[in-house]
Amino acid sequence: MKILRKSGRATLLATGLAAALGATAGLANAAETVVMAVPTFLTGAGAPAFGVPARNGAEIIIEAINKGKLPAPYNNSGKGLAGRQIQALIYDESGGGVKQVAEFRNKVQKQGVDLFVGYISSGTCAAITPVAEELKMLTIFPICGTPRIFEEIDKNPKYVFRTMGHATADGVAEAMYVKANMPDVKGYTGINQNYAWGQDSWRDFDLAMKQLMPNVPVSEKTQWPKIFSGQYGAEISALMLSKEPLVHSSLWGGDLEAFIFQGSARGLFRKKKLLFSVADTSVYRLGKKAPAGAILGARGPYGIFAANVDTPLNKWFRKVYSDRYSTPPVGGSYQAAQGVLAAKYAYDKAASMNGGKFPSKDQVIAALEGATFQGIAAKVHMNRSNGHQAATKHMIGVLAWDKEAGGPIMTKVQEFGPDCVMPPPGVNGTEWLKGGMKGAKC
Amino acid sequence: MRYIDKTVVGLTIAFLVLFIADFFMAEWVRFIGLQSLARGAVALGLLVLWRTGLVSFGHALYFGFGAYAAAMLTLIGYHDAFLLVFAGTLAAGVLAYLLGFLLRRYRAIFFALLNMAFSMILYGVIVKTEELGSTDGFSVLTPTFLGYAPQGEAVQTTLFIFTLVFTYIITVGVHLYMKTTLGGMSMAVRENEIRVEYLGYSAEKVIHVKYVFSGLVAGFGGAIMALAIGQVDPDSMANWTVSGEFVFITILSGIGNVGATYIGALVFELIRTYAFEYAPQFWQFILGGSLLAIIMFLPDGIWSLFSRLRRSEKAPSP
Repeated sequence: MKILRKSGRATLLATGLAAALGATAGLANAAETVVMAVPTFLTGAGAPAFGVPARNGAEIIIEAINKGKLPAPYNNSGKGLAGRQIQALIYDESGGGVKQVAEFRNKVQKQGVDLFVGYISSGTCAAITPVAEELKMLTIFPICGTPRIFEEIDKNPKYVFRTMGHATADGVAEAMYVKANMPDVKGYTGINQNYAWGQDSWRDFDLAMKQLMPNVPVSEKTQWPKIFSGQYGAEISALMLSKEPLVHSSLWGGDLEAFIFQGSARGLFRKKKLLFSVADTSVYRLGKKAPAGAILGARGPYGIFAANVDTPLNKWFRKVYSDRYSTPPVGGSYQAAQGVLAAKYAYDKAASMNGGKFPSKDQVIAALEGATFQGIAAKVHMNRSNGHQAATKHMIGVLAWDKEAGGPIMTKVQEFGPDCVMPPPGVNGTEWLKGGMKGAKC
Repeated sequence: MRYIDKTVVGLTIAFLVLFIADFFMAEWVRFIGLQSLARGAVALGLLVLWRTGLVSFGHALYFGFGAYAAAMLTLIGYHDAFLLVFAGTLAAGVLAYLLGFLLRRYRAIFFALLNMAFSMILYGVIVKTEELGSTDGFSVLTPTFLGYAPQGEAVQTTLFIFTLVFTYIITVGVHLYMKTTLGGMSMAVRENEIRVEYLGYSAEKVIHVKYVFSGLVAGFGGAIMALAIGQVDPDSMANWTVSGEFVFITILSGIGNVGATYIGALVFELIRTYAFEYAPQFWQFILGGSLLAIIMFLPDGIWSLFSRLRRSEKAPSP
């Protein structure tokens, strides 16, 4: 009996603990709010150059939505999402897919999240997509770029949306830019991270080049560093020795900055022409150390490419952002903000179709499917993958340093329409590229 | 009756309570519980090694190997949880058996770091393999249970019971094993290997057996984790930081009792969940801080709290 009594005490303790844990779960969603989880890199190599600016952009828009202070065309839409205040849960995306899937379940089941707007890394998005569909959770990916999400992982998405173009658009725009501006280029090579985003970026750029400039040779020794490795000594040596003059790179965030520092020190940018898919995030941070003369993109019309877009929404966003953080918003800030705006648009439209009453999840999804809404820099057309994948216009240019203004500017900017660089609805990107990009409207 | 002692009774009660609680638990509690059982099982293997005087900084090798073995079977169309977990456990066990021939000859820091070296080889192989998704890993579809294919919440409910039954068997088994002569040899090897050899036992063989066991349970934990979360990737399954987490849990639990590892794993999961929730930018500090606090104030782990309670009633056993 003595044994039983003691074990009983431990069991009692355990049951009590379990009960206490269970009790806290119910409290989260008492008030009439919309709980929006915003995962973004807050620690690690993805944070300073990408995750934190993205969080800042999302925060500014969420605050403005809650106060009802968004400029036109959202100026008459009332406060909050369909009248309800957003309660934002901003948390860290680092730690890999498994950790993020676990955290996704946690946020849904423990904290009663209503929708997710976030995820930067393509790896995380790929891991989250099946779980979001399984848990029937409205999830908007504002940034991550791998086309696999709707081409391989889930061809019939119901709950997952992406509010910007994917890597195929980047590859096509870059190849078109190279064809127009470097017609006699003698060959190209690449350095891309060895994960979904890097692999897909290179594949699509390479396929597009093979279509547009079939006689230009490609290197067989492309470089594949690991994501967040931060050390590129060996890769830079290999690139310096390669005979191809053009180097394609989709490095981003901290990796990109490490590569730029290490490459500049060794004269890589004097010897090679660099083409960066996502380098706009670093042009303000690096200032004069950013490699002037490099071709770069922002994965769409964002960041420095939107510096002169003369709309009330864009001017307001740039001003609030610059005042608060003493630096202009970068691509990630624009993209995250665009994802939040998609939620705003969808909830408000669903409410108006619902006779002004707060809409159900299915109504919000129906409102966002196939919609066209105003992003901060450009119009977003949700017209791919059954209305779940966005297409926007795209821009590529050459980075220069403006001595008079004392800041970076984009020169020789070329603009591409959404239907020029994104594969048509229902067509797989790789097949579209291999088939000669039929149906592209340029 | 000589097999039934306090620990067995305690474990059985805990098993029954959790079994029934499974049907009433909030989903997130069950999810944390599942992860705690999986990690606790790995820590149980480390506990057995630790009692033998060995610490491994590389058990993510077996955890990751088990997880990937199970997950890869789903890629070729097998989805039965029994098959997947059995395959994951066995694969890790075989690997541990083979590596054991080398590792059983090393002690202390050499043992710890050699394990780590092997685990980083697996990590490197996975990272370089594009078919396995490199650093992204890949998704693991919902398992079936001998033809029963649950949907929605029932998936986790069933998986929880599945895991609970197996961890119960393993844990009670380990406890009883530790009371046999070969099991009791652990302490002897730790204290004085030469005397063990003079008694006619081979210290290396004793260590090899424990090592294979620790590999088996780590593989089991990994396979469960892959099914519970529905995703595998090298950073969360095979990196040295994962090995570090297991050592963390073992320190947190203390080696006083086999059941302690699950409590340690649960505490670890809770600290991490809440730290992540309330301090998204500083959760690593909180995790590190709590380890520091445990080492300073509870050097023998959480289990020593229970021993202290008991001490008031009875003098501690030697």
